[in-house]
Amino acid sequence: MARPGFVLDVDRSTPPILTWHGEGFRLERLPAGRSRVIYAPEPLDALDDPDDAIHEALLHPLGDCKPLPELLFAGMSLTIAFDDISLPIPPMMRPDNRQRVIEAVLDLAAAAGVDDVVLICALALHRRMTEAELRHAIGDRVYDAFAPTGRLLQHDAEDPDGLVHLGQTDHGEDVEISKRAAESDLLVYANINLVAMDGGHKSVATGLASYRSLRHHHNVKTMQHSRSFMDQERSELHTSNWRMGRFIAASGIKVFQIETTLNNETFPPQMAFLQKREWEWTARDRATYLATTKSLSVAPPRLARSIFQSIKAPHSMTSVHAGEVEAVHKATTEMVYRQQLVHVEGQTDIVVLGLPHLCPYNVNSIMNPILVMCMGLGYLFNLYRGQPLVREGGVAILSHPTPWAFHPVHHPSYIDFFEEVLAETTDPVEIEKTYEERFATDEWYRHLYRTSHAYHGVHPFYMWYWGAHALQHLGRVIIVGGERRAVRRLGFSPASTLTDAFEMASDTVGHDATISHLHCPPVMIADVH
Amino acid sequence: MVPPHRGLPGSVEPDRRLPVTPGALRAVAESLRSRLRPPSAFPVAPPTWPGGVPRPPLEKTLGVDYDTDWSRRYAARTAREAVQELIAGPAIRAVASPEVLGLDRIAHLDEPVIFAANHASHVDAPLLLSVIPDRWRRDVFVAGAADYFFDTRIKAATFAFLLNAVPIERQRVSRDSANRVVALLAEGWSMLIFPEGGRSPDGWGQPHRAGAAWLAGRTGRPIIPIHVEGTRHIIAKGSSRVRTGTTRVTFGRPLRPEAGGDPRVLADLLERAIAALADEQTTDWWTARRRFAAGTSPSLTGPDAGAWRRTWALGDGRRRGDGRGRGGPSDRWGAATDRWPRP
Repeated sequence: MARPGFVLDVDRSTPPILTWHGEGFRLERLPAGRSRVIYAPEPLDALDDPDDAIHEALLHPLGDCKPLPELLFAGMSLTIAFDDISLPIPPMMRPDNRQRVIEAVLDLAAAAGVDDVVLICALALHRRMTEAELRHAIGDRVYDAFAPTGRLLQHDAEDPDGLVHLGQTDHGEDVEISKRAAESDLLVYANINLVAMDGGHKSVATGLASYRSLRHHHNVKTMQHSRSFMDQERSELHTSNWRMGRFIAASGIKVFQIETTLNNETFPPQMAFLQKREWEWTARDRATYLATTKSLSVAPPRLARSIFQSIKAPHSMTSVHAGEVEAVHKATTEMVYRQQLVHVEGQTDIVVLGLPHLCPYNVNSIMNPILVMCMGLGYLFNLYRGQPLVREGGVAILSHPTPWAFHPVHHPSYIDFFEEVLAETTDPVEIEKTYEERFATDEWYRHLYRTSHAYHGVHPFYMWYWGAHALQHLGRVIIVGGERRAVRRLGFSPASTLTDAFEMASDTVGHDATISHLHCPPVMIADVH
Repeated sequence: MVPPHRGLPGSVEPDRRLPVTPGALRAVAESLRSRLRPPSAFPVAPPTWPGGVPRPPLEKTLGVDYDTDWSRRYAARTAREAVQELIAGPAIRAVASPEVLGLDRIAHLDEPVIFAANHASHVDAPLLLSVIPDRWRRDVFVAGAADYFFDTRIKAATFAFLLNAVPIERQRVSRDSANRVVALLAEGWSMLIFPEGGRSPDGWGQPHRAGAAWLAGRTGRPIIPIHVEGTRHIIAKGSSRVRTGTTRVTFGRPLRPEAGGDPRVLADLLERAIAALADEQTTDWWTARRRFAAGTSPSLTGPDAGAWRRTWALGDGRRRGDGRGRGGPSDRWGAATDRWPRP
């Protein structure tokens, strides 16, 4: 039986707490009497037979939707879209949920005699996946059957011939999505729901959309009014996506949504200590910690990065739901909350966030300073329901090396954004107004996005907007152990140690400030009352 | 004490040689013959059975009655593991170079299962034992033909030890034999079985028998279909020559028996599943699934035709399995087709 999440009040007998620091981790001692540590619930039990569960879900869909076999017929055109490399993180061990789902759908399509089948990776404005990444996500069998004949596509949000403008919502939002998906007799979407933000109408309305469409909800105003992304009812990002999703359905596009959830088994057994409570570490855990930290301390950053990027999470499927989008997403969100919600009483003055080596946008890549900001203030800060862990005007202390380093293939526009835009201003509103259009329509970035493995030119802006709510909410942001120049460029304060950071934070929140430490990963959502 | 004659002046050394006369030679020969002659039958040997006395039934200890319990005890298991890990495994990798596919289809399983594979060579069982995932490998027994592997005490002990083989009838499974296997599956052992009942005589598969499906239905254990390719080239039926080669083992999705279901239906599904795995290797997964759904997967049992046409239809790659050195058709004529029939 998995234990629920837990909030530890730190006292003098509390051992030092594991804090992530990029490609590494530290044991940090928190001030007694005014600190608390929030631990995620333990992993839920996996489904005994995920393939059988998927088959059952396809035959017994939720909401106003027929079973999948009744929607399939010979001579039809079928499009299967699936989430890209940003999900899940870390990438899960094979077989991936997408592979299981797609194979199950194709099995039924084969039985119905469907010949015209196309698979589309729903990239939105993310980078194109490599062959190895695609093989990992959908499996060799599906890849070998579809890729050689050009029936495995990666969504191109800049292809004028591959998009169709369906119209505008009643809020004036353009809805423009993949033409193949829109013109198919049936669009099946295979999703992995790692956090409550994923899935639902966001799958199609964002994953298969163009810049013209995305800009209506990927903007500063929407992000500042999404409190948080993990709470659909209070997220403007979701409200906009839902409007678009309903518009897509009203346009006659038949979407059969399949959503899967994962447990939070994040690290392989050799590194199990990373998600254990410190006082439960065995002698082996302690030895592993010491051996790992000592090795990492002498390893060159490039080697450390490649070691961490090779980690595959032993995530297991905990549920699968299929059918009508909203009914499916409701059931999915309940499962996600069951795995991730931790009840927390009240806010504190300071929140400590140890940032790991990975965020959704640097899989097999480098976590550059912009992604450090996005991970800390966009993702971890937003892992709440109700109200943020830290009070308004409080301090966020992030821990990450924050190297001045970029992946030149994956993040070309990030480099210019960092050098050119952030050197001028860090205000999201000003950035959006002055610079976004130019980067979004830059021909060179567009070319790299379409033909190489580059994120879209506008993507670093979205990363910055992702943290707009936190920037508005917080009084100060301090990064511990970061490269000073890079931290200052981000507009934050660098600190050498966590103790120094607490001292610096006292300028903003006083000397007896209360502290929350989010022991993440594994992912959790603080349900703050 | 010194003999009185030795070293004494005037003494004569006595003649110690035997007299070599024809009579002496005959005596020696007779003596030798008597030594070489078999001893008298009784009482050294068991007595003959009087014809007029009815013979009581003999206690059977071979064939299906061979008791293999000893081979699953701790000492035997440990020794077998050592042999498999240190000798059999490396030898198989050297000789058969196995490529293993489809393990992701059984990644979520951790219960005892029935592995069912096509059968073309004596290499199949050791090959599969070397590639079955760790969580089953140490607890898997092989259903071995009682009349072939357990007909002499030495063979029975050898196969029981090396493969953890358990005797099972090929034609009609007796209740005792079935109960023994069911009990092992219930105890948590997994089983490796070849539903064709024997090795392929000509490179084509043989119709499946329902034993594996019946056992699955009886125990509720899932069947994992496996397709093995390339082992016939290494050592074919009737051949004693071992050649090196490459093999490919493809694991399929588990088939779960329905409560009260007809084992013949499950056996048929198993046969089709293995045929689809074979098809997957020559085409691609999507084509194989479509053919499987339409019931048009190329048959593994080959054309219903004369021997030469069946051999011809195998195509170069598989015909080579026993073609060389046994007067098989020459490759120079080229392959008519890889498999039969090809839609």
